[in-house]
Amino acid sequence: MDILLFQFLIFLSLGLFFVPKKAKYFYTLGLQLAVIIITSYWAILTLTKLEPIKLHFFQLLNNDVYLVIDQISAFFILVINLTMFTGILYAKGYLKPYYSSKNNTELTLHYFNFAWLHISMILVCALRDGLGFLVAWELMSLSSFFLVIFESEKENIIKTGIKYLIQMHIGLAFLLTAFLVVHMKTGGEINFDSLSVYFANNKVLPIFLLFFVGFGIKAGFIPFHTWLPHAHPAAPSHVSGVMSGVMIKMGIYGILRVLTYIHTDLLYIGIFILFMSIISGILGVIFAIVQHDIKKLLAYHSIENIGIIGIGIGIGVIGIAINNSTIAVFGLAGGLLHILNHSLFKSLLFYSAGNIYSQTHTRNIEQLGGLIKKMPKTAFFLLLGAIAISGLPPFNGFISEFLIYFGMFKGLHAANFSQSFILLAGIIALVLIGGLAIYCFTKVFSIIFLGHERSIKTEHAHEVENSMLFPKIIISIFIIGIGILPIIVIKPLANIVSIFVNDASIIETITPSLSGISLSLGLLLVVIISLIFIRSTIFKNKKTTIETTWGCGYTGAKPALQQYTASSYANYIGNLTRLVTGVRKHYSPIEKTETFPKKHTFETHSSDIFEDKLISKPTNKLLSFLKKTAVFQTGNIQHYLLYAVVFIVIVFVLTILKFI
Amino acid sequence: MIISVILITLISIIFPGIISKTKAKIVGRKGPKVLQVFYDNIRLIKKGSVYSNTTSYIFQIAPIIYFSTILLATLFIPFGNYKALLSFDGDFVLFAYLLALGKFFMIIAAMDTGSSFEGMGANREAYYSLLVEPAFFIIIASVALLTNNTSFFDLFNSMHLDTELSYLITILAIYVFLWIAMVENSRLPVDDPKTHLELTMVHEVMVLDYSGFDLALIQLANGLKFSIYGALIFNFILPVQFSLLYQVLIFISIEIVFALVVGLLESFRARNKMMKNPQWIISLSAIAVIAFFSVLIISGKLILI
Repeated sequence: MDILLFQFLIFLSLGLFFVPKKAKYFYTLGLQLAVIIITSYWAILTLTKLEPIKLHFFQLLNNDVYLVIDQISAFFILVINLTMFTGILYAKGYLKPYYSSKNNTELTLHYFNFAWLHISMILVCALRDGLGFLVAWELMSLSSFFLVIFESEKENIIKTGIKYLIQMHIGLAFLLTAFLVVHMKTGGEINFDSLSVYFANNKVLPIFLLFFVGFGIKAGFIPFHTWLPHAHPAAPSHVSGVMSGVMIKMGIYGILRVLTYIHTDLLYIGIFILFMSIISGILGVIFAIVQHDIKKLLAYHSIENIGIIGIGIGIGVIGIAINNSTIAVFGLAGGLLHILNHSLFKSLLFYSAGNIYSQTHTRNIEQLGGLIKKMPKTAFFLLLGAIAISGLPPFNGFISEFLIYFGMFKGLHAANFSQSFILLAGIIALVLIGGLAIYCFTKVFSIIFLGHERSIKTEHAHEVENSMLFPKIIISIFIIGIGILPIIVIKPLANIVSIFVNDASIIETITPSLSGISLSLGLLLVVIISLIFIRSTIFKNKKTTIETTWGCGYTGAKPALQQYTASSYANYIGNLTRLVTGVRKHYSPIEKTETFPKKHTFETHSSDIFEDKLISKPTNKLLSFLKKTAVFQTGNIQHYLLYAVVFIVIVFVLTILKFI
Repeated sequence: MIISVILITLISIIFPGIISKTKAKIVGRKGPKVLQVFYDNIRLIKKGSVYSNTTSYIFQIAPIIYFSTILLATLFIPFGNYKALLSFDGDFVLFAYLLALGKFFMIIAAMDTGSSFEGMGANREAYYSLLVEPAFFIIIASVALLTNNTSFFDLFNSMHLDTELSYLITILAIYVFLWIAMVENSRLPVDDPKTHLELTMVHEVMVLDYSGFDLALIQLANGLKFSIYGALIFNFILPVQFSLLYQVLIFISIEIVFALVVGLLESFRARNKMMKNPQWIISLSAIAVIAFFSVLIISGKLILI
């Protein structure tokens, strides 16, 4: 019954082309709500019963295609549903200005692809059949491509979109190769379940690497991340929120799915995942620090958070390999929880960035400033997201990092020499990532919202309408809820982790710590509230004066020009990491003869060494080579006829000489 | 044990006084009273406040959050063989992250003023604290590796029981903690609280625009932070189980010695060049890694022939 409804809903998505312009939004919303209700029902059923659901989806050439939902799929489906729900809610206000500039078809395509991004992601999580999975994977890439190029009238957005599409297909090629190799070796059908046969009899590492690259391109592991910092800024904010919040997690889903079939060589795989994740985590946040484009910065932060998720998973896999259930359970649980957490605060941050963009029409934070007075609610939500993504209590980011820390510290004593070094590397990486994230988000929040206004862009900004704030409230409730009462997520997490580890009951040992955290944070709240109370009573009969900011007694200069900028804030990290971030300064120095200084400019630029060396350089080399071959393309019809004659003559001669 | 919280709070009142008294004596001045900083704070609370017209509510809420996080952090410190009020597995992670939360708010509060000086200070604070953070965690990881425990109380209590060699770790840990305390509290050689040029300050410049009640809260919190680190060092040193009275006496004397050492260090050491600070701070992590290595050798996981 429910599967029929699901099939019917997929069919109903076509109806978007026939409803009037005004009704399209509500049609999509209704469609997605229905999808959310059905799939969440399946997911919750799976998580409570702890056994997979198998539903007959359709029949193709006498092959039955099933939807199989186990605990991992269920978890991902719930995360997808939550973020897609807030995404479509946010889209209402965000897309409003576009209703006048975009025509009917463009809007239809946008909504259609948004709905299909949702459906295809659920299919990716539920299809075990190899071809069906790849088709769903391709649908996901295509629908997100159309979403990215929504503002297609801008030339560089099309360019970015094409770049994204190409990289997604390189990923697809890796996945396809992996499936084909497995198919050729085992001779069975192309599906995930044949992996278990393959991995039992063959070398694990090569195929795993193929899968890792294929899925890693989607997830954005460095060095496969180069599409992320371009696609996210190009897309509208609700799309970036959804893409960064859940779509890149499909890569993680793929890796986890493949891992469920692997039972040998896990130590090397774990170390490999951990290594890649540490690199992604640290470099991701470093790249983020030197960005001035708010959405590009957030995109790099997605890479960082994929790194944290990967650290959790890597540690967990190492734990499985060395039979240490503490490390395994807490590593995996922390990684999984961070998937949910990141989807929450990253979508919150992207929606907040969308608010700012809709008011100021700039993504360059150097042109903003002082917005907290004009957009206090947006400021509040961005601050909340910033604290959560930095992994600070009392929000959810801290909880997932705490789980990973817990596993690593608990596992230290039992580990041998090399293992304890791996764990120490994980600990140091998490600490550094946390510190760098604080560095980055203090910069983001203060440059956008605090201080003086830096340009006229912020002049007409005001608080956005409520429909753009409402989804943020939903997300915030989850962020605060998980942060203050982490105990609620432990049992579901144990159920999911039990896929990898036979006995996940060891997770109960963290219960006293989590209650301790809840108690401490409750106390913190009490202390803060009572201090606020004391302060306000003291201030009742005190004189409070308003003055200008202290500037060593000098008040002549324009305050907006004096204050710290994003570039100067990022300068320390930019200098320290110039090798990878390639921060360059461009300025005209003041000449000695210049008695009265003229107007001078100062600019900083950063690049991404991986993009330069892995993508741009080879592509440019290839392009310049191909340009040389373009001498044949003269545009002269006589030449083309000549080529045809030459071709025929060659074929003729070769046939006579019996070469072909 | 509530007693540790009370003691830490009491010590924090005289701590800055002892430091400045020591420094004054060494250069031959009479110096202010030991309780002078405390009197100053009381006077500040009585005074009115001046706020910059650039600032927002962030600027006003930050000192409260800063003070609250540090006050709450004192509840995590065990007292010899008495458990802390808040003690659970992994409590040191929450301890470190709570301090970071306070710092986060102080940094954005400094940026809230729109002053270039305060931006500079905030930037340095963010940079230095991200560099110093690993050292703390590596030291804790070393002790966790040695004792198979993951809460402050268990870590400190079991580390002296295992082997005599653990004193080696104690010495390294105390050395690193001493310098972490100096960095975290913005003291020499990273930052000089007595400098008179805004350009060269770190912490002092961040609070330039604070006055009255808010400034008092910040200074009380700073004192508290210092005595928290003193209490951690006390827990590292306390060798065997003593009766409560002796523990209190030892605690007070260790805190006073710690304050004297800080005063001495500040009197005989120049401030680093700003550009040299990162290397210097990272070297603390390197020393902490040595501690980690030593534990590996002690526990027989790394065998050197």
